[in-house]
Amino acid sequence: ETEQQRYSELFSRCCPPPEAAAGGSSVGELFRASQLPPDTLHQITEVCGAKRVGYFGPAQFYIALKLIAAAQSGFPVRIESIKNELPLPRFMALKNDTEVRYGTPAELHGVKFQVPHATLEKNSYKRTDEGDKQVPKSPPVSPICSPPASPSTYQRIPLSYGYGKTRSGLEQQHGAPYEVRHSTHQQDGPSSGNYGAKSALTSSTPNRSLSVERELQDNNTHYSDDPWRITEEQRDYYINQFRSLQPDLNAFISGSVAKNFFTKSKLPIPELSHIWELSDVDCDGALTLPEFCAAFHLVVARKNGYQLPETLPETLLPEYLQAACLKPMRDCPLFDSYSEPLPGSQQTRDFGRTEKSSAEEVPDNSALKQDGKKDDKQAPKVSTPLKSIPKEFQHLTVKTAAQESNALKARPRSRSYSSTSIEDAMKKGEEPPTPPPRPQKSHSRASSLDLNKIFQQNTQAVRSGWLPPPPPALPPRSSVSQTELPAEVDLHPQMNRPPLQAEENSSAKKEVVLAQPPSKPARRKFRTEAQGLETPELSPTINVTSSLPAAKAHLPVQKQSSKQKRAIQTAIRKNKEANAVLARLNSELQQQLKEVHKERIALETQLEQLRPVTVL
Amino acid sequence: QNYPLYIRSVPTENELKFHYTVHTSLDVVDEKISAMGKALVDQRELYLGLLYPTEDYKVYGYVTNSKVKFVMVVDSSNTALRDNEIRSMFRKLHNSYTDIMCNPFYNPGDRIQSRAFDNMVNSMMMQVC
Repeated sequence: ETEQQRYSELFSRCCPPPEAAAGGSSVGELFRASQLPPDTLHQITEVCGAKRVGYFGPAQFYIALKLIAAAQSGFPVRIESIKNELPLPRFMALKNDTEVRYGTPAELHGVKFQVPHATLEKNSYKRTDEGDKQVPKSPPVSPICSPPASPSTYQRIPLSYGYGKTRSGLEQQHGAPYEVRHSTHQQDGPSSGNYGAKSALTSSTPNRSLSVERELQDNNTHYSDDPWRITEEQRDYYINQFRSLQPDLNAFISGSVAKNFFTKSKLPIPELSHIWELSDVDCDGALTLPEFCAAFHLVVARKNGYQLPETLPETLLPEYLQAACLKPMRDCPLFDSYSEPLPGSQQTRDFGRTEKSSAEEVPDNSALKQDGKKDDKQAPKVSTPLKSIPKEFQHLTVKTAAQESNALKARPRSRSYSSTSIEDAMKKGEEPPTPPPRPQKSHSRASSLDLNKIFQQNTQAVRSGWLPPPPPALPPRSSVSQTELPAEVDLHPQMNRPPLQAEENSSAKKEVVLAQPPSKPARRKFRTEAQGLETPELSPTINVTSSLPAAKAHLPVQKQSSKQKRAIQTAIRKNKEANAVLARLNSELQQQLKEVHKERIALETQLEQLRPVTVL
Repeated sequence: QNYPLYIRSVPTENELKFHYTVHTSLDVVDEKISAMGKALVDQRELYLGLLYPTEDYKVYGYVTNSKVKFVMVVDSSNTALRDNEIRSMFRKLHNSYTDIMCNPFYNPGDRIQSRAFDNMVNSMMMQVC
């Protein structure tokens, strides 16, 4: 019985949802900890059938443990060895092996309950998914790098609660040394697919910590064993990522945008393709919020060693997630208001900000109501994909128009460049149907958006939205940026800011995408620059316009050539995507045409039949 | 450049013969495409008059608007297959193909590796046989 107990403890350590399969990585570590030579371990794996099945189910795991015990006692690795009475397998390298044995039952709960009572706040934060972002003291670099090469640190990202359990267990027992270890992981971690929004989110750490603690307690109460169930923290994280790509939580992330985003996770393309297939349920080439959450969750699960399922698990279905998404979306306006104060610390003096946060909450609340109507939207979307895409973005424009009207009343100068972010997002969406009206929209000032969102939106918008007029736009942009100072008229600063903003963010984005170690400091530099810029923005308008471009004039100049190249690549991708959508539409139209043909043929045959009668 | 994006046969013996048949029938498909001017989508294309005494089969062809060709070889002894069914099968193939196209990770011209597509094709073939 002790054997059984021990084995089940170990198994649940390796794989917190007991009924699912143990991830290969954690199992591998456990085996290595048994200090057996690698070929013995290979043998064990083969014998226990894991290789055959591809994962460690409970049976395979127990057999493997038994074989380890056998090997450690000196018995050969064969099936027959299992029949002997063996001592429990020893796992030396696991430092807290003995402690774990005592503490394992507690640990199972400990992961949940100790979180609110964590002695070291840092420790507890580390164990939560966005815990990486929660650590204010650690360098901003570290929490940002989500997936380094070692799966261990990546596990902390959204799944540390369940999936990184061995790590979390270890962390729990040895707070300080593991913190050190993890911080070292983090520091050499910067090589990895960097989901750029994280850097922006670090600024919101103090405020988010409050909300996350709330969440943690929530999470404890409905923690599920299902690896395919998205926890609250994960969901919020995904929603933030979604928002970084697409400010309107009701709209879609287009295929190319999503592709770039998920490619950063460094999973092989066929797997990403499969993940897309699973998560894009309505097969429209775009991801709604629940679809995106599902896709992200699958990516994370895959990264942690879980095999991808053949069909989408029930808990990842969009309908399921949609119902669950309503709750976190309600929290989102709160988070927005939490995170907003940080980037604009001068907000308290800014009337427009408070007004706009209320204005933003209003659209978010309306977004909540519309979430329920999303099914309606999806239905027409299936039939007419092209038409509905502009409809979505028209919806977005309606919302931003409302925000704009609110903003115009207060006329805060510092928000003027946040306004352009919405416009850029709109531009991206409306690019295929209506290129001409777009430039005019850049003059409007609007919403109170987070600086975080500004950066990501603008980067996305720049990559796609500025594409149709790239040749004409680039020269005017550069000239505008150069000749910034004389611009005093109201319109001119607005015109300047969108290009500057776009360039700034395009360069920021480029750095994010290309190289991770330089990217993070660079992004921070941008952020500090942006924040530094916000302070002068409170001064009268003319000074602002001069200070802004002066600070950033050097940046756009350097980055234009690479930007052009990226623009071309983005254009190619976008064209491919448009091609796919058009092919789909085409096929649908052809089907309709076929049906009409059939009807026509039927009618003609009828006519033929009737004609001899009449002729006579 | 008529390289195959996807090829699958159910009775796995004589696969090569089916492959060969499919390849040769591509010529006929091209001929038909060039023949019809405006209507590009052709649902039923070939009834092979060349029937061997030992094996006889019908080859059906279908072309999408982006010049992607679907070729289906069915056994003539399977007389239960009517034209409508063939058409519906092609329609299903076409729908699955467009679903694949919607996947941003799929580059047009790649071999099709989608599991959903495989499943659909398998189920369809099981249904027929």
